[in-house]
Amino acid sequence: MSETEAPRTAVAALVPRLREICGEDGVLTDTSRRRTYESDGLPHHHALPGVVVLPTTADQVAAVVRLCAGNGVPFVPRGAGTGLSAGALPHAEGVLLVTSRMRRVIEIDVENECAVVEPGVANLDVTRAAAPYGYYYAPDPSSQQVCSVGGNVAENSGGAHCLKYGFTVNHVRGLDIVTPSGEQVRLGGKGPGAHGYDLIGAFIGSEGTLGVATRVTVGLTRSPERTVTLLSAFTSMDAGGRAVSSIISAGVLPSAVEMMDALAIEAAERAVACDYPAGAAAVLVVELDGPAVEVDAQLAEVTRLCSEAGAFETRTASGADERARIWKGRKSAFAAVGRISPSYIVQDGVVPRTALPEVLRRITELSAATGIRVANVFHAGDGNLHPLVLFDDAEPGAAERAEEVSGAILDLCIEHGGSITGEHGVGVDKACKMPRMYGPDDLATFDLFRRALDPDGIANPDKLLPTPRLCGERPGVRKGVHPLVEAGRAEQF
Amino acid sequence: MTLVEGLDAEGCALREGTGADAVGGLVPARVALPSDTRALGRVMSAAAGEGLTVVARGGGTAMDWGGLPRGLDLLVDTTGLSWIEHIAGDLVVEVGAGTPVAELFEVLAAAGQRLSVDPVRAGGTVGGMVATGVSGPRRLLNGALRDLVIGMTVVRADGVVARSGGRVVKNVAGYDLAKLHTGGLGTLGVVASVAFRLHPVPRALRVVTRPVPSGAHAERMLTVLRRSTVTPSAVELDWPPEGPGSLRVVLEGTPEGVEARVTEVVEALGGESAVADTLPEGWGLLPVEGTLALVSVPPAESVRAATRVGELAADADVRVSGSARSGTLYASFPPGTGAVGVETVLGGVRSTPGWSATLLRAEPHVHAAGTDLWGEVPGLPLMRAVKDSLDPDHRLAPGRFAGGI
Repeated sequence: MSETEAPRTAVAALVPRLREICGEDGVLTDTSRRRTYESDGLPHHHALPGVVVLPTTADQVAAVVRLCAGNGVPFVPRGAGTGLSAGALPHAEGVLLVTSRMRRVIEIDVENECAVVEPGVANLDVTRAAAPYGYYYAPDPSSQQVCSVGGNVAENSGGAHCLKYGFTVNHVRGLDIVTPSGEQVRLGGKGPGAHGYDLIGAFIGSEGTLGVATRVTVGLTRSPERTVTLLSAFTSMDAGGRAVSSIISAGVLPSAVEMMDALAIEAAERAVACDYPAGAAAVLVVELDGPAVEVDAQLAEVTRLCSEAGAFETRTASGADERARIWKGRKSAFAAVGRISPSYIVQDGVVPRTALPEVLRRITELSAATGIRVANVFHAGDGNLHPLVLFDDAEPGAAERAEEVSGAILDLCIEHGGSITGEHGVGVDKACKMPRMYGPDDLATFDLFRRALDPDGIANPDKLLPTPRLCGERPGVRKGVHPLVEAGRAEQF
Repeated sequence: MTLVEGLDAEGCALREGTGADAVGGLVPARVALPSDTRALGRVMSAAAGEGLTVVARGGGTAMDWGGLPRGLDLLVDTTGLSWIEHIAGDLVVEVGAGTPVAELFEVLAAAGQRLSVDPVRAGGTVGGMVATGVSGPRRLLNGALRDLVIGMTVVRADGVVARSGGRVVKNVAGYDLAKLHTGGLGTLGVVASVAFRLHPVPRALRVVTRPVPSGAHAERMLTVLRRSTVTPSAVELDWPPEGPGSLRVVLEGTPEGVEARVTEVVEALGGESAVADTLPEGWGLLPVEGTLALVSVPPAESVRAATRVGELAADADVRVSGSARSGTLYASFPPGTGAVGVETVLGGVRSTPGWSATLLRAEPHVHAAGTDLWGEVPGLPLMRAVKDSLDPDHRLAPGRFAGGI
């Protein structure tokens, strides 16, 4: 469909009714306004939504979904649109249901250590609301300043600290959802919940294919007594990898263990002058938190283990500003790479931690063999790789070669018993790669479950599972700096 | 029945069921003992072909949990699926469903690692632990059992073997179907194997036990604990029918760190606290007989719920224990407690907003009285839809789950 056309057919027919439900200002039909929603954080995939609705209440969401269900019109839920797998890619003949106007923090319940929020609330705003009471919301995706709790629920978002604190699914106690047929269901609450099948657990991470969360009760975590960040520099990636292994096998569970290779360090250095130790072929950022006495004991041990693994310099920081300085290089790495290369692909794969050295070596070989530069920035503690595959899209064939390298890296992950996505989700971007990780029976079972809740296939169709219509499209290419990063609204890492 | 022929040659021994195999009073015609996942798939497929109702059994320690099955043609004994693949360097283990939990724990302990969950029954298998899904006291640090499952292989009602998740801790590819099977009592499939994330065994452990003479005392202590940053692994409330209750706080970490935290807890709780460096005998285990309820409440209402259950039970001598910090309590009725007494407690709990009560195990006379094990179950129509899609003929433990699923 041409992007300049007005919404047509079934969707167009819904517009008057949608205006009754969401109000005049809650329905966008104007092409230029619809265009602002044409992609999420993976702009390579874009489509003009048939119509955009911005409901303000759960009742409105339910009414919109019922209307869609009654007319066989697909809907795509969208939070802040920061996702990196095109999970919120609009449907050209569907309704894009945006939760950004549902952003009330309904309650901070200190005694029950939880918060009740609407889905459009920004992740960091939960922590901001809880901080005065000595609490925070643990999942911290890199886009946490803007990404929404509803989006986190859809994607089961983690963050740099999920090594210790887990993902969204480990923190949600209650969900109000609107099912694909438009029914409102309240699951769980402030208590631990014990009723029947764990639908909350299955809904989280379902990428909008099972409905829309309209209210979320999240557990809050007591702010740790002490937090210390350590930066260790090594002359080789292998040495850094050894340090990670020995930290984990010593029984220390840091809240985060991040690693960067020479190319990523170089990019970060150029972009933000992070002042990492000169000559480092690998840096490790380790964060420890908890009771002060425990952290102190662990810090001594981690420092010793790093130096035994060959660290030539180790710095520690405990104040917030000092810690932020260490994190600066790491957090700026993605954007920084956007400055040293005209284009790049961000990959998100997982390998068992013990396979990290081998997989990193293979990536180096792959890079050498193809002449395509790969910067490695990753969550080393849990084996979640984010290789950045660099290329110049002005050069004919470069994008295709970069995609091949990016795909080969995913193959390496699968070959080593890992996953095609650790945190970005499947969405559209990796739907066609699902058969590499799961067999036909596994996928058919996923589909049985999906159809149980969405028999007509109207909730975010063509996402998460491979479909003939979908597969064959090219994976996402990121050009330059992400618009949100550029605008200073988000960090990516 | 034709099931006998042709199957035992394919890795699945079959025998006739006996009274010892009965579930909810139903004696299965046949008992199958598959030796591996494929054999389990084959026997399930054969059972599907013949339209047989199937119940899975691991260690057999929870066959009286859940509702009474409406039918039982074939009992599938999973104890042949006993294997452990421990990938110590990755802090991951994948285990056959029939593996005894105790054996798994021994293997992990030998490597200085653990599955951070306290079993609530002794003698069970991994599959049974997962299918019943409840967690013991130490759930505050690393989560409940469902938080530690990273992958699962399940044999569907039609015999198809399907996997979700994997062997890496961080993985968001596909639906997390393991969540549905965890606590699903085998009504959506038979668990064949489970992958768990592990944790290193902390080098030091201390248990601070403090008697709590009254509910008000317990409330105050829990508030003090909540305000501290001492990060306990467990805060376990024990509320017996007679005499004072107690709070047990488990602290785990480095030897240096734990000492200081113990001091902090002892000071915070005041009075006479006992400090031990081992867990008490029978830690986390629930009584093996009598009707047993799971009471879930907002954490701040744990003590109120415990005392309320005591009041509702009147002279029924119900013991309440559980994770006060998470709001998960178990109410244990003495064997022989009448259905009316049980229903009074259930009714009282269920009528309080935000509270729920489920009977994990009901004695036969409680079943016979028609006591509602589940109460109102939000989302039940969705659960029925899931059941209909994965087990359309309702042959897997029909009747054992909420709403007669």
